[in-house]
Amino acid sequence: MNLVLDIISWVLLSAGGVFVLIGGIGALRMPNLYTRMHAASVTDSIGAVLVLSGVMVQAGLSLATIKLGAILIFLLITGPTSSYALANAAILAGFKPDEKPGQEDSA
Amino acid sequence: MTVVFGIFLLTLLVITAIAIVRTENLFVAVMLLGIFSLLIAANFFILDAADVALTEAAVGAGISTVLFLGALALTSEKERASTGPRWLSVIVVVSATLVVLYATFDKPIFGDPAAPVHQHVAPWYLEKTPELIDIPNVVTAVLGSYRGYDTLGEVFVVFTAGIGVLFLLSAHHGGYSRRKESELEQTEIGLRDHLIPRVVGRMLVPFILLFGLYVQFHGEYGPGGGFQAGALIAAAFILYALVEGEDRTLKALPQSALTGLMIGGALLYGIVGLLGIALGSNFLDYSVLATTPVAGQQLGILLIEAGVGMTVTGVLLSIFHAFAARDRY
Repeated sequence: MNLVLDIISWVLLSAGGVFVLIGGIGALRMPNLYTRMHAASVTDSIGAVLVLSGVMVQAGLSLATIKLGAILIFLLITGPTSSYALANAAILAGFKPDEKPGQEDSA
Repeated sequence: MTVVFGIFLLTLLVITAIAIVRTENLFVAVMLLGIFSLLIAANFFILDAADVALTEAAVGAGISTVLFLGALALTSEKERASTGPRWLSVIVVVSATLVVLYATFDKPIFGDPAAPVHQHVAPWYLEKTPELIDIPNVVTAVLGSYRGYDTLGEVFVVFTAGIGVLFLLSAHHGGYSRRKESELEQTEIGLRDHLIPRVVGRMLVPFILLFGLYVQFHGEYGPGGGFQAGALIAAAFILYALVEGEDRTLKALPQSALTGLMIGGALLYGIVGLLGIALGSNFLDYSVLATTPVAGQQLGILLIEAGVGMTVTGVLLSIFHAFAARDRY
């Protein structure tokens, strides 16, 4: 039983790690702000969910799992909100979504 | 494994520090400072210093970033070109670095059980806390009781800093008038047009407050205490100010209440200390506060942590409001 749980959490953690890595590569390699945000949001959503689920499987039925669940809900609510706020601020600051690479400010 | 993580985090820390120095855009520098604080908080955490990590994350990455942004909103985002001789600062930095590097040769190696810090009073604290104070978190026992004088000093440093910043920032307090109630309902302030941040922000505020209170009163059992809780509660109100506007926040928690919290917290701490004298013991000796010494210690720590939390909340929010109010002059 323990072995099964270990394998499940191992798979979840590795998959989460892969998504975080993909998000990181995307955030570096994508051409402009919006596509970069799109890539980085992979880290926030599926990456965080998978990693936290993996840790929850390891923690078993305990107070730690409840706390991790609370963190998960918090991340699922705040992540998209901050992405929205960032994209909105970028629109207001005059970044166009169809900008070609190199035209934008590197800030 | 700790060593690997430590080296990884410290390397990132050095990279972030260099980036902070090199960037000319102060907005970017502020964001990097937030990352710096988070990295060092993670570093504290893998060294098992959860209380310090929580403080660093809440104050360093959270509140100070907001205060820096408030300062930037009043000044400029661009760094001014430096004048004056550059070689002078280079010499100072290089010699200071060499001195620090030289000093590290005398330090015990990482995790050495024979290091002086593990041989001096720490074993006594760990051994005697269950008997004398009977709380699980020894850090809180050290902070609140054994080193109560130091914490009192810290509270007064925070208090003095708050007073100082308020003096500087509210220098032209003449032309400022609070908006009327009827105006308040009509004016579009804060993020009132932006539905998503507003709804989510309003939803989160009570939970952040609850978490702040949990950290405040759970400090004797887990990581936490007055400093962390004060920063968290202040963060909840700052979030409210961001989504609902400054005026509504000041209506919910007026400046007079904040000043009261600032003074009240420091006074509460001092009075608990004086009670020790009044009841026939020493300053900041809580043993005489209740029927048994252990209960007295626990009561004293609870009270002084409450004082710390009040002062920190009051000072941080007052500084935030002072920054925000400067916009109107």
